[in-house]
Amino acid sequence: MTLNGWLQILLFLAAVLAATKPLGLFMTRVFNGERTFLHPALRPVERLVYRLTGVDEEREMRWTEYAASMLLFSLVSMLLLYVIQRLQGVLPLNPQGLPGVDAAGSAAGGFVGSAFNTAASFTTNTNWQSYVPETTMSYLTQMAGLAYHNFASAAVGIALAVAFIRGVARSESGTIGNFWVDFVRANLYVLLPLCFVFALVLVSQGVVQNFRPYDKAQLVDPQTVEVEKETRVVAEQTIAQGPVASQEAVKMLGTNGGGFFNTNSAHPFENPTPLTNFLEMLAIFAISAGLTYTLGRMTGSQRHGWAVLAAMVVLFLAGVATAYWAEARGNPILAGAGVDQSASAVQSGGNMEGKEVRFGVANSALFTTATTDASCGAVNSMHDSFTPLGGLVPLVNIMLGEVIFGGVGSGLYGMLVMVILSVFIAGLMVGRTPEYLGKKIEAYDVKMAMLYVLIFPLVILLFAAVSSVSPSFGTSQLNNTGPHGLSEILYAFTSGTGNNGSAFAGISANTYWYNTGIGVAMLFGRFMMIIPMLAVAGNLARKKVVPPSLGTFPVTSPLFTTLLVSVIVIVGALTFFPVLSLGPIVEHLLMNAGQTF
Amino acid sequence: MRVTKNLITAILITLVTTVLFGLIYPLAVTGLAQVIFPDKANGQLIRRADGTLVGSALIGQPFSSPGYFRSRPSAAGAAGYDAGASSGSNYGPTNRKLMERVKAEVERLQVENPGVPVPVDLVTTSASGLDPHISPAAAEFQVPRVARERGMSEDDVRRILAAHTEGRQFGFLGEPVVHVLELNLDLDARRPMRR
Repeated sequence: MTLNGWLQILLFLAAVLAATKPLGLFMTRVFNGERTFLHPALRPVERLVYRLTGVDEEREMRWTEYAASMLLFSLVSMLLLYVIQRLQGVLPLNPQGLPGVDAAGSAAGGFVGSAFNTAASFTTNTNWQSYVPETTMSYLTQMAGLAYHNFASAAVGIALAVAFIRGVARSESGTIGNFWVDFVRANLYVLLPLCFVFALVLVSQGVVQNFRPYDKAQLVDPQTVEVEKETRVVAEQTIAQGPVASQEAVKMLGTNGGGFFNTNSAHPFENPTPLTNFLEMLAIFAISAGLTYTLGRMTGSQRHGWAVLAAMVVLFLAGVATAYWAEARGNPILAGAGVDQSASAVQSGGNMEGKEVRFGVANSALFTTATTDASCGAVNSMHDSFTPLGGLVPLVNIMLGEVIFGGVGSGLYGMLVMVILSVFIAGLMVGRTPEYLGKKIEAYDVKMAMLYVLIFPLVILLFAAVSSVSPSFGTSQLNNTGPHGLSEILYAFTSGTGNNGSAFAGISANTYWYNTGIGVAMLFGRFMMIIPMLAVAGNLARKKVVPPSLGTFPVTSPLFTTLLVSVIVIVGALTFFPVLSLGPIVEHLLMNAGQTF
Repeated sequence: MRVTKNLITAILITLVTTVLFGLIYPLAVTGLAQVIFPDKANGQLIRRADGTLVGSALIGQPFSSPGYFRSRPSAAGAAGYDAGASSGSNYGPTNRKLMERVKAEVERLQVENPGVPVPVDLVTTSASGLDPHISPAAAEFQVPRVARERGMSEDDVRRILAAHTEGRQFGFLGEPVVHVLELNLDLDARRPMRR
């Protein structure tokens, strides 16, 4: 580890914290329906959208209607994405003439359930990609299908978080807002302006934005290579192009993470410079951090917002320190083979397999931690090639429920479920009915919170267990054997169910089993968790506020932050420690002993 | 609950927002980008005087002739650096294939600098398979070979190398890098190799 590495990490954290209040204040105004500086330009557009779609913006919804509207929208927009993918061969903006996804002659070779997987993936804000974008998706599909869902699924997340906050903030109220209004406002006032500016900044650094057919360059030094025992001269380089910057901006700000190219934010056209890398990481956390401020504002307890943010910061720092240490330490097996992995002024050193020179180990470890703290899933380095403990960090981050900043919206409501569990546990310890910001937490709320917590490991472990004992369709798709192979399977279903989308990408998941299995896991991990969460919100909104008494456990203190961090870690650790010990932990011990597979 | 009404809204709002955020937004960004940053928006393509496209300033290329600085190993495509098929190796840290590949690379490289440990980025594949850079350490490791092959003094090579070495962005962001394609094109311009 180097001083400069830590400086960059702390500077990043400082930038996130600096963005928290202004963004949080702005979002509070937007979702309270107050005027902002963007209203002169965007309010007419908002009105037009309501007129075209028949939305009554004054109408309030109960939690059940809010949930039903969200499900209907997700269903319809998922179907549209499926159709666009299947029909892209006859649609415009397809200069490479790519056939429909899952068609005979497509990159996957035929029907493997890829279009379903991708439709589920982008609708659930996961952005797991079993396909290779360069050879699968037309420019139209990327823009109107995939990048559109980057907006839509993020806006759904923000809307849900705001609905949950209203549930906490309101009392004796049957309703928690209007889904359509929250959805449109999240898109129009929060995501669109930020994305527009961010996209242009990205282009100024070299992220491409065009509709060119792929370019063909003549290699300066043509290569003679052997392919399948045949000697071939490769003299040309294909350079994939596309409308990347517009998608990149929303991919990061909406914590989506679906790359325009196969290697995501490691690709020089998606993330060309250290500055774009810094801004992309900032974009991952910005809205989620801001929402903690919105929480404080809307519930009238700003210190509670900061206490929640503090828990996130603590867990973030623990993750990034571990990942950076592990990656900077390098691979002991390589050290014995005449490789110089030491950090110096002229090289970053460390474990550079699957990392870019311009980012080095510090920015790779930082990006990896951020993208899995949040449910982003973009990558600027290959997690599969991380050292065992370095790779354990993203896996554990997702297993903790992606509540460390978390996905836009989903991070906050996930965290608030943990908050409810924390005050419940605190209540048990002192023998009183727990309260959360003046609301009594009762059996129904805790049951729903537990449902939210339990669905997650159930889906992950079930699918991972089936895959790891099935040689024909499960383990046959692995790129690594030994404990690392188990990690690849575990990571795939954890990432899917957690709606993260990053991968131990060696696994060849574009098969019928993995496309279907991970597709279902993503849908369960999103919607089966949202419904109990909204039920809690609706129930909290109905309750009376009781004034705090001497016995009330304050949710604004460092003690609360500590308890919250402990609950998150204990719930995650108890659930997943056994399987982690068979994957990354045993691999770490074997690597130190010099064992390869 | 008004399910039918909300279903109709769902259909209409999907269509309206797809036009707004899936078409108008990216087209507007493209229009502005093409006017304000035309070179950047099109991939910073590098052409020879006769107009032949030789690559992009952002995308690495494979080099194997001894007179060129080598790029990092690449897992993208058969010859590496296929920018139509970006890919990492995705070898885990205990994968035997990774060890065998690294050992073979080290053996090959140490022929030019016997006994000197090889900078790690020169024997590991990048995340994208298209990394345009090597570290200054990896470039310095190759200076003696390139100088010998081109019949230049090592100091002359280092001077050209220095012109294509970049420190951290703004002095603190990222890591120092050497741009391999631009460096090799510059070497060719100043001291063409006999083929």
